Amino acid sequence: MAIEIKMPALSPTMEEGTLAKWLVKEGDSVKSGDILAEIETDKATMEFEAIDEGTIGSIAVAEGTDNVKVGTVIATILEEGESASDAKPAETRSGEAANAAPKETPSDDKAPPVPEGASPAKAESGTQQLVASAEKVGISDPAIPEGTEMVKTTVREALRDAMAEEMREDDRVFVMGEEVAQYQGAYKVTQGLLDEFGDRRVIDTPITEYGFAGIGAGAAMGGLRPIVEFMTFNFALQAIDHIINSAAKTNYMSGGQMRCPIVFRGPNGAASRVGAQHSHNFAAWYASVPGLIVIAPYDAADAKGLLKAAIRTEDPVVFLENELMYGRSFDVPKLDNHVLPIGKARIVREGKDVTIVSYSIGVGISLEAAEKLAEEGIDAEVIDLRTLRPLDTETVLKSLAKTNRMIIVEENWATCSIASEIVSVVMEHGFDDLDAPVLRVTNEDVPMPYAANLEKLMLVDVAKVVTAVKKVTYKK
Amino acid sequence: MAKTPPPARAIAEPPITNRERPAEPKPYEASKDELLEMYRQMLLIRRFEEKAGQLYGLGLIGGFCHLYIGQEAVAVGLQSALNGETDSVITGYRDHGHMLAYGIDPKVIMAELTGRNSGISKGKGGSMHMFSTEHKFYGGHGIVGAQVSLGTGLAFKHKYSNDGGICMAYFGDGAANQGQVYESFNMAELWKLPIIFVIENNQYAMGTSVNRASAEDQLYRRGESFRIPGIQVDGMDVLACRGAAEEALAWVRAGKGPVILEMKTYRYRGHSMSDPAKYRTRDEVQAVRDKSDPIDHMKKLLDAQGVTEADLKSLEQEIRKIVNEAADFAEQTPEPDAAELYTDVLVEKY
Repeated sequence: MAIEIKMPALSPTMEEGTLAKWLVKEGDSVKSGDILAEIETDKATMEFEAIDEGTIGSIAVAEGTDNVKVGTVIATILEEGESASDAKPAETRSGEAANAAPKETPSDDKAPPVPEGASPAKAESGTQQLVASAEKVGISDPAIPEGTEMVKTTVREALRDAMAEEMREDDRVFVMGEEVAQYQGAYKVTQGLLDEFGDRRVIDTPITEYGFAGIGAGAAMGGLRPIVEFMTFNFALQAIDHIINSAAKTNYMSGGQMRCPIVFRGPNGAASRVGAQHSHNFAAWYASVPGLIVIAPYDAADAKGLLKAAIRTEDPVVFLENELMYGRSFDVPKLDNHVLPIGKARIVREGKDVTIVSYSIGVGISLEAAEKLAEEGIDAEVIDLRTLRPLDTETVLKSLAKTNRMIIVEENWATCSIASEIVSVVMEHGFDDLDAPVLRVTNEDVPMPYAANLEKLMLVDVAKVVTAVKKVTYKK
Repeated sequence: MAKTPPPARAIAEPPITNRERPAEPKPYEASKDELLEMYRQMLLIRRFEEKAGQLYGLGLIGGFCHLYIGQEAVAVGLQSALNGETDSVITGYRDHGHMLAYGIDPKVIMAELTGRNSGISKGKGGSMHMFSTEHKFYGGHGIVGAQVSLGTGLAFKHKYSNDGGICMAYFGDGAANQGQVYESFNMAELWKLPIIFVIENNQYAMGTSVNRASAEDQLYRRGESFRIPGIQVDGMDVLACRGAAEEALAWVRAGKGPVILEMKTYRYRGHSMSDPAKYRTRDEVQAVRDKSDPIDHMKKLLDAQGVTEADLKSLEQEIRKIVNEAADFAEQTPEPDAAELYTDVLVEKY
């Protein structure tokens, strides 16, 4: 029985990739450890090695093929005594283990996790549903002139473009963090920056979050414009003293004399199957601190326009990205200077029956829920907060005045969350507009589990949003 | 409880020899005018701090107030070697002395201590949080050790902008055990940043003596595993301080990376005004005052230069006048307007 080689998943979020190059041909004998092919993901090109011995029977997917789904049989290996006729690719059976493993494995627990012996038929995790509807949002930002040409761009590229543009404009802007330079970014957000700007302005740090957050804050106090990348915001806990005590409070403590114009950025919130210590949403922590600006964009256009604004402002900014969104593509306006206002929410879907308030990855879930609800005759308005501090309460309250019903969708715990804050704002300023209690649709109140089924149960999803909307609209 | 001996002079042990090191510093040879100016500054700090202690006792200064009495020679000696146009200074919460040594107006410092609108931070910072970007004095930081990373960031800025400046980052023997200090040491040496790490070893981290808290209590050696050379200095002798600063500056300005100065000094007062100082004896404090007081030491040097008792007396009167005026100003100038509560939270409007 020939061994089937399947398209491997080389990252927790990879669903398809490009078979860039075959390094073996039919009839070659291979042994465990030989490199079979190069596979391109949206992040990187990786070598793919054999774990079985035998002869290459057939190559089923030619090199240069794009969008090869994870789990597709791409070749077969004949064991001793088998002939090529045994090597017809069989139908993919789900749950079967891959016959090859990616060669590049993380050297420490901080590298983007790559599963060893990845299963091509991936267990359905909770995070897949988080991003399922990611590309459906349309651009209707009043800040963008009508008729502007749009370019499909991933969130990852949009963030990089924002940094590159600002670095071209202003020599004071530099990027520092772990693996931002030579490695091209742990999640490839800083890809290409070292080549363009050199190692004076794109700086690899040792793994010392507290130290380099302080160095960044000090450089900002001295007059530079640092962008400090945290590999994830989970690691920024080591540095939170400088974010809060040094960056956020300095302007006030100095009576307006000493500023700290710095951007702390990186992925925040749940990634995929990385467990409790790598899946925490810190939005509400930072948003509780006066002196900070907190931004959490959803799509690529906002990621770009708001990161540019964050780099330009004189105030310290916590810029919360989402790893699951990095590879998603959206329309980004082709403008020389796409800078969006900080502190302004955006209505991403207009509706009259209920308001769904969300931010970051929750916006995609809300939009998908809104479509489902539309099929049942419920017309939901969806608000993307975009900036979490200062909060655009005006947009939220105006929408409430129109719909009289509100839920908040947040990929976070409910207790002391952004959702809690919105509820308070509505109680204080929108009570008379309410026809139903405001509900929070959030993750479950437990640390993030690793098991795929439990992760799915833990996370907020479309069904939970639909249920909540039906409750506040008194529909069954 | 360990008895801490009075700080000894020039007690550095033989350094590790297989690396280049700064030369052993020599006491600075000051002219009579320079000596007088150093004396004047040290006396200003001493009298200012005594007055601050008095105002604290009267309830005019609140919260925490950490006095610099006994340590005057360190800030005055070191900062006298800096270029005020280009070099930056940062320190922790025991910051009044460094500001006075940098020529910042005593009135606005004292008015900050009393929480008044004319204070250098408009009364919003207090004793521990004072800044003067005009003088390149970057605080005044209340979190023990934070100024070391921040100072390394200032040094990063000097190198990035190639502005010829260096940073002098002060911290105490207590801060010397904080993790971020070593993260900063590592990056400062890795990137050859122009910074002088000044450990003001006043023997006590609040109530804990150095040898009760530090496995290696010879703090000038703390940089060795990062290849940062360290020099131990008699911090009670302003000329030794200045001499050490000259060697350290030569090293740092030559692009050789950071250097550590461990200043052996002593604070006469408690950690803060509210510290009863039960962790050491009166005799210990008195012995340092009698034998090693930095200002008395200066008086002897000035005497040798032919400065008369009468000259010193008129200087003393001049200083007392400045301090009294600062105190009067700090008492009389108004508190911040209530509207100031909401200003300076953010720089921009959103």
